[in-house]
Amino acid sequence: MLKEFIQLKRDRVTFFMMVGIPLMQLMVFGFAINSDPRHLPTAVRLGDQGPFARTFVQALRTTNYFAVVHETSSEAEAQRLLQIGDAQFVINIPEDFSRKLLRGERPTVLIEADASDPSATGPALASVNALASTIFNRDLPSPLARLRAKNGPVDFRIHAHYNPENITQYNVVPGLMGVVLTMTMVIITALAITRERERGTMENLLATPVRPFEVMVGKILPFIVIGYIQVTLILLAARYIFHVPMVGSLPLLYLVSLLFIAANLAVGITFSTLAKNQLQAVQMAFFFFLPSILLSGFMFPFRGMPPWAQNVGSCLPNTHFLRIVRGILLKGNGLTEIAPELWPLLAFLVVAMTIGVKRYRQTLD
Amino acid sequence: MAALEKDLAIDVTGVTKRFGEKTVVDAIDLSVRRGEIYGFLGPNGSGKTTFIRMLCGLLTPDAGTGTCLGFDVRTQQAEIKRHVGYMTQKFSYYEDLTIRENLDFIARIYAVPDRGAAVQRSLERLGLTHRSHQLAGQLSGGWKQRLALAACLIHEPKLLLLDEPTAGVDPKARREFWDEIHQLAAGGLTVLITTHYMDEAERCHRLAYLAYGRLLTRGTLAEVLGKAKLTTWRVTGPDLLTLAATLRVQASIEQVVAFGNTLHVSGRDSARLNDIIATVRDPRHSWQLIPSGLEDVFISLMDEAKDNFA
Repeated sequence: MLKEFIQLKRDRVTFFMMVGIPLMQLMVFGFAINSDPRHLPTAVRLGDQGPFARTFVQALRTTNYFAVVHETSSEAEAQRLLQIGDAQFVINIPEDFSRKLLRGERPTVLIEADASDPSATGPALASVNALASTIFNRDLPSPLARLRAKNGPVDFRIHAHYNPENITQYNVVPGLMGVVLTMTMVIITALAITRERERGTMENLLATPVRPFEVMVGKILPFIVIGYIQVTLILLAARYIFHVPMVGSLPLLYLVSLLFIAANLAVGITFSTLAKNQLQAVQMAFFFFLPSILLSGFMFPFRGMPPWAQNVGSCLPNTHFLRIVRGILLKGNGLTEIAPELWPLLAFLVVAMTIGVKRYRQTLD
Repeated sequence: MAALEKDLAIDVTGVTKRFGEKTVVDAIDLSVRRGEIYGFLGPNGSGKTTFIRMLCGLLTPDAGTGTCLGFDVRTQQAEIKRHVGYMTQKFSYYEDLTIRENLDFIARIYAVPDRGAAVQRSLERLGLTHRSHQLAGQLSGGWKQRLALAACLIHEPKLLLLDEPTAGVDPKARREFWDEIHQLAAGGLTVLITTHYMDEAERCHRLAYLAYGRLLTRGTLAEVLGKAKLTTWRVTGPDLLTLAATLRVQASIEQVVAFGNTLHVSGRDSARLNDIIATVRDPRHSWQLIPSGLEDVFISLMDEAKDNFA
């Protein structure tokens, strides 16, 4: 038993992982995860600038669920915000809001929600219904009290876009693509190169005229193929088992996947240059995988997390890939809509690749 | 002069390699003629492997210049790699590939022309044809060594660097291996080989002995033995253990080694040796002057080096 402890002490990476992984889980599960996300970005399309409309928007704010970050008057602009994910909700207040309200005609307020992740929008929409009956109680003085109709003075219409039936699978299955790719790509490459070194075959390979870059490419290419096989399998399952809608362009999805697969392979290669043996490589891959699944918005709504966790999540390629996949499949996003998520992915790839190649070169001499 | 240079497969001077503070290879000069089998000996950790890695372009020397097959060891590493066959100390082929797949992979990496035929030829030459579909991981030590040799030769190198190729291989397989090496050398291949076996050292055309990163001696077997100036006595008789104990404490006696029922006593200063022997003479023992063995010479060199450097 003493021997095990001594060996454990020598193996710094394992030791670190044994402390690091529980700590990370504590942080993530304890602080970062919140299944009741508040302060969701909301765009308001104000057709009416009157005091009632203002009060109404203020009331929405006080629910804490809606953080009004955009005000716009254009329908197209509102749709764009929803599509690129800058706004989770668009609240449309019609031009005749005040007039109808005063006439007791129950003006219609249309709330459009990006429901691609039902767990993120659910609580907020529930709060709207609670709001409906109490709103304007203060603002409509007693002579107008009759306007507090039994259904509330305002008629809320909720349009749940992209996933109107709130089917969780629609959100989870496309997200799974990022998770599966992260897991297999990182582990496989981390292992592949560590194994060469562990078995001594790397020395042999280096003694041949093959250049390090060629070794890397030779290691990466087969896994890109494997990555594409996985993408295809998940898409087939999504289509025929879970009946996930596929609104957007599949070729675009395949193209973007290349970037994501390459990013993960680069991470795997970097790990393989750090790890001394295969066990360490797997541990490192796991250390990367855990936040990729927990902080990326795959399991829990991204916007429900505290800012620090969102910042960590934003550094992970999976976070951006999830948005891209969901965007393409559920929202029918094109290249322009997903561009904001492509850049971080590209930056991550470049950084990881640079570290990987640099570290790999160093191990030669 | 040019003709002479062309005759040298390896020609390096002052080659040095440091890992951090430690100088692993210290200013080694070495020239090896084409078609020669050059034995590289020395204790573990003496820098043999590091030196070989510098020759085949895996490591860049910190100091020193020279050529390997006419290519600069510092700048033309890629050229060197193309023409050198390097067999690592540890078996370093893919255990989850078959013999044929391993050879095919190596041939592909070296871009060997007419790959299929080259693989077949190399299988036949080393008698591996009937085992070509066996996984490399399932082979015994001797067969693994054959496979490694076949793989090193597939691109028809001009220089073969073998790092302890026969460690853990049985005597028969070792003998066959050496016969093969001699045949290859006869065909013009230059071979640099490291070993711990003295019988193998004796099969080399020329030898070099390395300790603490320095080259202590080199030359043909006769030259190395001649240069050593070591006197060795063989003692037979009873109570050798007691005799050995008394002799070992004497400063001028370097080695007292038991060989079965005899004792080998050696020292560099033959006069002092004679004096001491006179004091311990016992009529029951018979003393006989014998030529020093290679092992005695090497151990003596190492002790001397330890006094000087360590």
